[in-house]
Amino acid sequence: MCLGIPGKVVRVEGEVAEVDFWGVRKKASLLLVPEVKEGDYVLVHVGFVITKLEQQEAQETIKLFEEFFGEEAADGA
Amino acid sequence: MELKREDPEEAKELLERIKGLLKGPVRFMEVCGTHTVSIFRSGIKAMLPPQIDLISGPGCPVCVTPPEEIKRAMELALNGDVALVTFGDLMKVPVGGKSLEHLKAEGADVRVVLSPLDALQIALREPKKRVVFFAVGFETTAPAVAATVLEAKRQAVKNFFVLSAQRLIPPAIRALLEGGKVLLDGFILPGHVSVIIGKEPYGFIAREFRLPAVITGFEPLDVLESIWMLLEQRRRGLSQVLIQYRRAVRPEGNLRACSLVEEVFCAVDARWRGLGVIPQSGLKLRKGFSLWDAERAFGLLPPEPIPEPAGCSCGEVLQGLKKPPQCKLFGKVCTPSSPIGPCMVSSEGSCAAYYKYGGKDGQG
Repeated sequence: MCLGIPGKVVRVEGEVAEVDFWGVRKKASLLLVPEVKEGDYVLVHVGFVITKLEQQEAQETIKLFEEFFGEEAADGA
Repeated sequence: MELKREDPEEAKELLERIKGLLKGPVRFMEVCGTHTVSIFRSGIKAMLPPQIDLISGPGCPVCVTPPEEIKRAMELALNGDVALVTFGDLMKVPVGGKSLEHLKAEGADVRVVLSPLDALQIALREPKKRVVFFAVGFETTAPAVAATVLEAKRQAVKNFFVLSAQRLIPPAIRALLEGGKVLLDGFILPGHVSVIIGKEPYGFIAREFRLPAVITGFEPLDVLESIWMLLEQRRRGLSQVLIQYRRAVRPEGNLRACSLVEEVFCAVDARWRGLGVIPQSGLKLRKGFSLWDAERAFGLLPPEPIPEPAGCSCGEVLQGLKKPPQCKLFGKVCTPSSPIGPCMVSSEGSCAAYYKYGGKDGQG
């Protein structure tokens, strides 16, 4: 029930965004994340944008090693 | 931007790393029902080495809502001027042989919406109806309900009420750990609850119980990465709350959403199916919002607990003490088309997931 659907904001009108979900467009409330702008990627849950999605690069794994556990992990683990 | 993470090469690499780190059997709990479904559907369960035991936790709102609270909603729906509005998942939960779906078929005004705002719209469109939104859900959903109540207040809507059966996740995790019945080596923490609350509310898992925990996304690669992060913490003797799902979760959470919840709701002791009463684990409307509180508007008393259906192991399944196929009703008398307990009703319930993806015998 905690499903969040990712989509791209195509239009903002006041407190409502029009979000594109793989070709299907729906309205979502911006009451919880008012700073959303056109072009942002967002997660929508029960009709509300709950967060902006940040770019995540494909090869994140190795970077996580470095960031969380120090560089030796990336070589040795 | 990548919305789906499905690179098979990366999955292979992660699996190799996971295998390299395994020194013996480990048991992790995925708290969230959406993770349970994702783990089955993606085939992760079948891919992982058998020493990794993933068990489902209490993170399915429909499953943990006690039957007496559903019964109370059903009784409200029998009032001629009431429209009882809720999320679709709840419709089929049987209480004493009947469900909201049955009531609807018999002519009660029960409606399904995708958003609490839709319920408010119904109230605006149909001023002669008293519209009761039966709210179940966790921290992910509570801000949407809070925003809707604030909207009802702003527009001075007099025929819209919330019957809150909402629950909070960190107190349930604490109750499981303090109960000490289920032995765990770490937690796969819910991604979308954490979008709202951030990582600090889980800090006790690391500090007090010395267990690693990882806030995790819902793509197969997210789950693999999270398992690897748990194993890596174990290897290093660490117990921290880390965020794997960084594209969506900020460490501090969504502060605005939290402040709306705080404005409208307060935490109260609440009963969970299978787990009993957990301190400060439920949300009720604050006194300042009495006008929109169904409990006050309809003079509802705290409901008497209703015993579980005979033979149903849902309670033990929700605590990670039993796997669905260990229930004697599973797949025989209890199936998704005629469920006995809520874990078979909700599409996110562990029993439904085992049945759908593991076959009738649950051997996934």
